[in-house]
Amino acid sequence: MDDTDHPVVESGKDLLRFLTCGSVDDGKSSLIGRLLHDSRLIFEDQLSALARDSVRHGTLGDQIDFALLVDGLEAEREQGITIDVAYRFFTTAKRSFIVADTPGHEQYTRNMATGASNADLAIVLIDARKGVLVQTRRHSLICSLLGLRHVVVAVNKIDLVSYQADTFDRIVVEYNAFASRLGFSSIMPIPISARYGDNITSRSEATPWYRGPVLLDYLETVDVETEALAKPFRFPVQWVNRPNADFRGYAGTLVSGTINTGDPVVVAGSGRTTSVKQLLAYEGPQTSAEAGDAVTITLEDDVDIGRGDLLAGPADRPEVSDQFAAHIIWMSDQKLMPGRSYLARIGTRTTPITVTGIKYRIDVNTGNHLAANTLGLNDIAFCNLATGAPVAFDPYDQNRKTGSFIMIDRLSNHTLGAGMIAFGLRRGTNIHWQATLIGKSERATQKRQRPAIIWLTGLSASGKSTIANMVERALHAGGYHTMLLDGDNLRHGLNRDLGFTEADRVENIRRVGEVAKLMTDAGLIVLCSFISPYRAEREMVRGLVADGEFIEVFVDTPIEECARRDPKGLYAKAKAGTIKNFTGFDAPYEIPQSPEIHLRTIGQQPEQLAEQLLRTLAELGIAG
Amino acid sequence: MDTSASRTGVHQRKLPKQLRRLEAESIEIMREVIAEFKRPVMLYSIGKDSSVMLHLAIKAFHPAPLPFPLLHVDTTWKFREMIMFRDETVRRLGVDLLVHTNQEGLARGVGPIVSGSSVHTQVMKTEALKQALDLHGFDAAFGGARRDEEVSRAKERIFSFRSQGHVWDPRNQRPELWSLFNARIRPGESIRVFPLSNWTELDIWHYIMLEDISVVPLYFAKPRPVIRRDGTWIMVDDDRLPLAPGERPEMRFVRFRTLGCYPLTGAIDSGATTPEAILTETRSARASERQGRLIDGDETASMEKKKREGYF
Repeated sequence: MDDTDHPVVESGKDLLRFLTCGSVDDGKSSLIGRLLHDSRLIFEDQLSALARDSVRHGTLGDQIDFALLVDGLEAEREQGITIDVAYRFFTTAKRSFIVADTPGHEQYTRNMATGASNADLAIVLIDARKGVLVQTRRHSLICSLLGLRHVVVAVNKIDLVSYQADTFDRIVVEYNAFASRLGFSSIMPIPISARYGDNITSRSEATPWYRGPVLLDYLETVDVETEALAKPFRFPVQWVNRPNADFRGYAGTLVSGTINTGDPVVVAGSGRTTSVKQLLAYEGPQTSAEAGDAVTITLEDDVDIGRGDLLAGPADRPEVSDQFAAHIIWMSDQKLMPGRSYLARIGTRTTPITVTGIKYRIDVNTGNHLAANTLGLNDIAFCNLATGAPVAFDPYDQNRKTGSFIMIDRLSNHTLGAGMIAFGLRRGTNIHWQATLIGKSERATQKRQRPAIIWLTGLSASGKSTIANMVERALHAGGYHTMLLDGDNLRHGLNRDLGFTEADRVENIRRVGEVAKLMTDAGLIVLCSFISPYRAEREMVRGLVADGEFIEVFVDTPIEECARRDPKGLYAKAKAGTIKNFTGFDAPYEIPQSPEIHLRTIGQQPEQLAEQLLRTLAELGIAG
Repeated sequence: MDTSASRTGVHQRKLPKQLRRLEAESIEIMREVIAEFKRPVMLYSIGKDSSVMLHLAIKAFHPAPLPFPLLHVDTTWKFREMIMFRDETVRRLGVDLLVHTNQEGLARGVGPIVSGSSVHTQVMKTEALKQALDLHGFDAAFGGARRDEEVSRAKERIFSFRSQGHVWDPRNQRPELWSLFNARIRPGESIRVFPLSNWTELDIWHYIMLEDISVVPLYFAKPRPVIRRDGTWIMVDDDRLPLAPGERPEMRFVRFRTLGCYPLTGAIDSGATTPEAILTETRSARASERQGRLIDGDETASMEKKKREGYF
């Protein structure tokens, strides 16, 4: 907004992305409003709207409430809080800024993490009257895990403690003591008042004891260079551009390093080496490209590459593994279950992912490591994970772009968590698949059948086992090679260490799925009779075998009917409260959305239902 | 814009670093969409942001042709020069354009003058847009909105999820970390994608100038017939604008900072006839870009309300 500056020559200016964070009511939004206002970056019509809104929604009586400049959602204005991150843009003579104003409430931590993930610097606000709070620590920890290395500790509302130096000093000492293990390379404490503008754009006369920089000067000059150029070349292939038979280019953005025409590159997953033929931009071929550039690369050799592959320099390759350890920030009310199959986005690749173990949860207040079986909303933990196929990555502290991932629910598609990879696990990198000479198809051909998993799911006493037994007997009589896995029977052996909590049910089905898969490898038709209440696990088993080999059979009996039959007396016990986590009672059953076979049992005899199942198997070409 | 791939020789880029980063970010977002969705579409509003977005899209997929159509929701009240520019642009670039008008609204006689701005916008823009998206089954739609335009836009994700019925739930947006966009949806759901999220009005004009991008001539000052209404200049673009007794259009040197339906879009006094002059003028402006948009002013949260109902 400096009109002295000629429009064309601002090319030298760099960009600083920062966020404001800290606890509720520490004045984050007010600070941004104040920064924009004092930098003369608020337009007249916006100011008059602000004055109008301050009367209606403001929390400061007649005064202008600068927070309303950024709290743009209706619900935020009504409640006087920040719910989601807002992005504001401003430019001074020295720098351009993108500010992410993030919410302080613990409930909206995911939105704070969203704002922090792309920032280079954090302003952590602390209310001078309240000092360091749990949210101050939580946000500082998240900033640290997300790789931010520069922090401004803005001790706000210094006017409300009579501009006392000792209050400021005490807070700084307390913050530093706790932040010393977070690995920040710079921590700059500044006493401010967002409401009155002290030490924001100009030095306050009320704090003569403070000799450090004022906030805006500091933001304009702090060096946060991340040296993305000096890091090894990494290029996640985003999209294969193939407009005709003569052109095949790999479109993507260099996330680190530089590349020149003619340079050798390696496809990280396969290890295949080739070299760069052309670096194509719209303007024409380029001699080189650097971190941040979006280009299209053509290669000298015809190699098999698609979306999700990572190109790297042969001398400095990323790790490739299907198991690694990572920090996870969990962002969903739905608990993280070890063993449950989620989807992960790592670079441009989407792959199934499972937490194989939670090593520890971090107590955000003390930094202590706690044991945990599951993770809840806003928990931060260090975990071991396994992906469906090997992926290429770098540790997050070396490369934010190739070391990060998000976790997505397979059914709702919600983003559930964010991960920062620490290191690959050796058991993943060194255990290779041992190819066998006789394969699944040879084994199945010898038995003259198509292997399959026939998965019966439904409530306890719905009739699964009865039907499964009849079907197996019919198949056996017809000369098929079969096996029947039954929930109760497996819990006597393989799964006898498991209970009925959600986490144990997930692990129960994971083991059953792996066993059933081995049996299809042996060429068998495997009948599985399990309550298997969660869709995610049934889908996980489906994902273990080839398309068409998993036949989901929903044995659909209303719970009232099951409770009436109650052959094992379990419903009675559940009603009496003597057994817990009973499906359909005090534990959920997620109905299959599109099962291959839907057996409605009311008014049908088990023989008829088995008949119906066998007919469908015949139609699917599996038996009969 | 020449879209041929036949250029030879090495032509190194000359953009300033910040615009280069913004350009690359937008291109990355667009490529993500084409890699993840089955039927994307680009909303083309004919304005300066649409011109920049289209320019970036052609760069993103070069040397392939644009892999999706453009969609213009025509309220039948756009400036005549906008429609001329639209048709000329489509011809020059050889891209596919779909034009959709809410025929049912048209038949009911809905318009900005008789129905008022809010009903007109709801029926002829929001409803029309939803009709068009449903009609073609688009699962992703690019929009040229920028976060610096308006407070509720400042809160929106780059990949902004819409449930069935195109509803936006601003209180429950998907977390969006790094550039790992979650593009997964179920049937009937869709994503609105905003590749220009991090651009500012100044960035747009700076880029238009350096890349020599064509925009509708209405952005540049020249003498135009206008009348004074609600503290702004309304251009008399055709004879559908009723004049009050004694109200007489005068010729003034004006230009538009944003473009919409002509009876709802105010002009500003200006002598800026080039992108350079616009940049200088914008730098010293004391009013925000959307001040001339009468549809925003009804109440402060009116943009959020429109967006929740499906407006871009």
